[in-house]
Amino acid sequence: MEQRDYTRLGETVFHTVLSNGLNIYVDRKKDYQKSFAFFATRYGGMDMKFQLDGKWQDTPAGVAHFLEHKMFDTEDGNALQALALNGAQPNAFTSNAITGYFFESTEQFEENLKILLSFVSVPWFTQESVDKEQGIIGQEIRMIEDNPEWQVYMQMLSALYQSHPITVPIAGSEASISRITADTLYHCHRAFYRPGNMVLCVAGDVDPARIAALAAEILPQEAGEQALRDYGAQEPEGAVKALVTMEMEVAAPLFQIGFKADAPVKGEGALRQQLVCSLACDALAGTSSPLYARMYEEGIINATFGYDYEEEPGCAFFVFGGESDAPERVREAVLAEAERIAREGIDDALWGRLKKAAYGQQVRRLNSFESICVQMAQAHFDGYDYLRFPQVFDTIGKSDAEQVITRIITRARAGMAVILPKEGADGCM
Amino acid sequence: MVIVVLNMTSRALSQGVHLTALHTEKFKSSFLSIQLLAPLSANTASRYALLPPVLRRGTARYPDMQSLSAALDALYGGSIDPFVRKQGGTQLLSLVGTFLDDAYTGGERLLEPFAALMGDMLLHPVLEKRCFRPDYFESEKRNLINEIKGQVNEKRRYAKNRVIEEMCAGEPFGVHELGTAEAAGAVSLEGLCSAYRELLETAGVELFYCGSAEPARVEEALRTALQDLPEGKVRYVPASPQQAGPPQAPRFVEEKLDVTQGKLTMGFRTGVTMADAQYPALVLLNAVYGGTATSKLFMHVREELSLCYYASSSILGTTGLMLVNSGIEFAQFERAKEEILRQLQACRDGDFDADELEGARRAAVSACRSLTDSLHQLEDYWLKQVVAGGEEPPEAFIARLEAVTRDEVIACARNIQLDTVYFLNGKEA
Repeated sequence: MEQRDYTRLGETVFHTVLSNGLNIYVDRKKDYQKSFAFFATRYGGMDMKFQLDGKWQDTPAGVAHFLEHKMFDTEDGNALQALALNGAQPNAFTSNAITGYFFESTEQFEENLKILLSFVSVPWFTQESVDKEQGIIGQEIRMIEDNPEWQVYMQMLSALYQSHPITVPIAGSEASISRITADTLYHCHRAFYRPGNMVLCVAGDVDPARIAALAAEILPQEAGEQALRDYGAQEPEGAVKALVTMEMEVAAPLFQIGFKADAPVKGEGALRQQLVCSLACDALAGTSSPLYARMYEEGIINATFGYDYEEEPGCAFFVFGGESDAPERVREAVLAEAERIAREGIDDALWGRLKKAAYGQQVRRLNSFESICVQMAQAHFDGYDYLRFPQVFDTIGKSDAEQVITRIITRARAGMAVILPKEGADGCM
Repeated sequence: MVIVVLNMTSRALSQGVHLTALHTEKFKSSFLSIQLLAPLSANTASRYALLPPVLRRGTARYPDMQSLSAALDALYGGSIDPFVRKQGGTQLLSLVGTFLDDAYTGGERLLEPFAALMGDMLLHPVLEKRCFRPDYFESEKRNLINEIKGQVNEKRRYAKNRVIEEMCAGEPFGVHELGTAEAAGAVSLEGLCSAYRELLETAGVELFYCGSAEPARVEEALRTALQDLPEGKVRYVPASPQQAGPPQAPRFVEEKLDVTQGKLTMGFRTGVTMADAQYPALVLLNAVYGGTATSKLFMHVREELSLCYYASSSILGTTGLMLVNSGIEFAQFERAKEEILRQLQACRDGDFDADELEGARRAAVSACRSLTDSLHQLEDYWLKQVVAGGEEPPEAFIARLEAVTRDEVIACARNIQLDTVYFLNGKEA
């Protein structure tokens, strides 16, 4: 295995590619009692239209998430229980672009890893269990649709994008999942759960060579072809709608303002872009920025205010949101501050502090095995080396963040969603 | 597997001021917490609970959020959070700081300036007319009242707190660490100020550090940071509270709220605290009975009989209480209660096999080992030790767990007595 030493971070990672195309990354953490394994496929809620065996296929929304639920079923029972009996804490998630399965354990790591590799690679569905799951996931969907935080986010995305699949809920709808059958699941498993489309990331005081040997023994020998995906037509540069509103049972109005950014690149440029955009957010609206203090003093934001830069295949955006009685004033204040930065630039002292803070927080995230493994997997799919972030940080200057703010934080790219309290509700219900 | 022994130093810096320092290089962050220890009492709990959040608002040097955030940014994005906790009959008023470990700053030392900032927060808060700023006081008081009132929204925790409140009425531990909404509403600015001045002279001061700095350096940094701490006359030292016995017949408390799922919580007295030789046996008894996913409560009451949505037991090491928490359908109350007691009787009768006992032991050992991987859990472990008057490192406790016999577990179960049954019932439609 190839050994990579990251001396500035005090990390050592072993990497190898098996003959079936599976990439394995092992971050060896000395002195730790626990170990963490993350097995992921580049397949998420967005991957509804794809090419398999030379034919284009349309699948219902929500298959990736549905599969995640059903993968734990095995011919002998349930993998969740098998792992729990070994003292491991297993779980899984489905995002827009990734489905990941993981566990943490302090004992019997190899035994647990075998279970993980096996249940994820061997599908076992019956129509009966699929029917039952439809009820369970249907309930999950109804629950999430009642969640105002989730609604405001989805509405914001619908204001930004015309047809990109990021606007489709990851879990699908009750109608879309009713069209999922055991065959759909087998079909999509075959398309995306191939070693060449997957990655295994481990952190802990473990033996990397043993991990590679186990994976080679348990997983299929064939790499399988890569499925082509279709994320819809080219998106316009600007937001589709300036404002979307909706009424729900909330005490105070909830808002999110999205700014449509350029589609992300692949390779180390993607890492650089993420770091630059995250710093641009901090400079624009972080708790130590002049804008934050001003909005807080005016009472148009409160402690719920937050922001983020998010990237998915084929799309990227900034989002600022929270509770506010005057979301339009927040949007105008953000736009005005972006214009000021475009004219005058970011304060030098502020920039120096923000860069230190962002660097410190990035390094501190390495305390979390889950964070390391998920980031390494993400980086693998996007073609860069996550643990090179200190070197990339060195190349980032103030003008990088200024350019992003000037270019992206504009009225034409802004789409806002507001969830308003229901008419007639007085908050005392 | 090797058990990692963390290098622990414990020493008094002055009368009533005590430092626990763990030396390790395995984390990317350093951890520093400063807490005032005071007797837990209904008369003072809310007033004291207001202190950490008010102190966190600003120092004489950094009087507002913007300047304080800037100061933290300059220290590589460290964080300081206010916490109020209780252990036994002691209320802990804490400022908890985490910051980038010095090993990753490229030579800059962060421990000293970070300790100084936390010391300033405790000793030199921003003042107006020799008292806290009225606007900070008012907004934190509002937050505290809202937090106390909001506890009922989290039914699982609420039921747990209610059973403690009922069974320990009249004992210090029966007091909630935040007090009551009424008491919080009655705190005045002057009252808070005099409580603050008094606590600086009378509270026990417990300091906890974990990171790569040598103990002597930690001690020096904290001596300097706290040099303006008033000379204490006699500072509070936690004493193990008198254990009340169970009532003649178990108490029963029912409460009706608008809920869809009932909560059945049962409080037991074990007669054993962390300071007792039988404590490891109690830990194993709890694991056999209801502490793990292979325990009797989980396997029988939840899985086999489907009487509960969840059912588990936990022990409070500094008070000698054991609690059983379960979520049930309202109509299942009697059956669930009977079955929960039947499983405890099974433990008393020695009705558990070698596999159950060893499974419990592995789970307990594993939990104890993995706590050494988490800064927050390490702090929690050592603070409990301090309150219980012990200095037993995790590896020594593990050795005691390994030596517990089956008979000791049975003897421990036989001493457990039911004190209070609390039932959160639904309102009739």
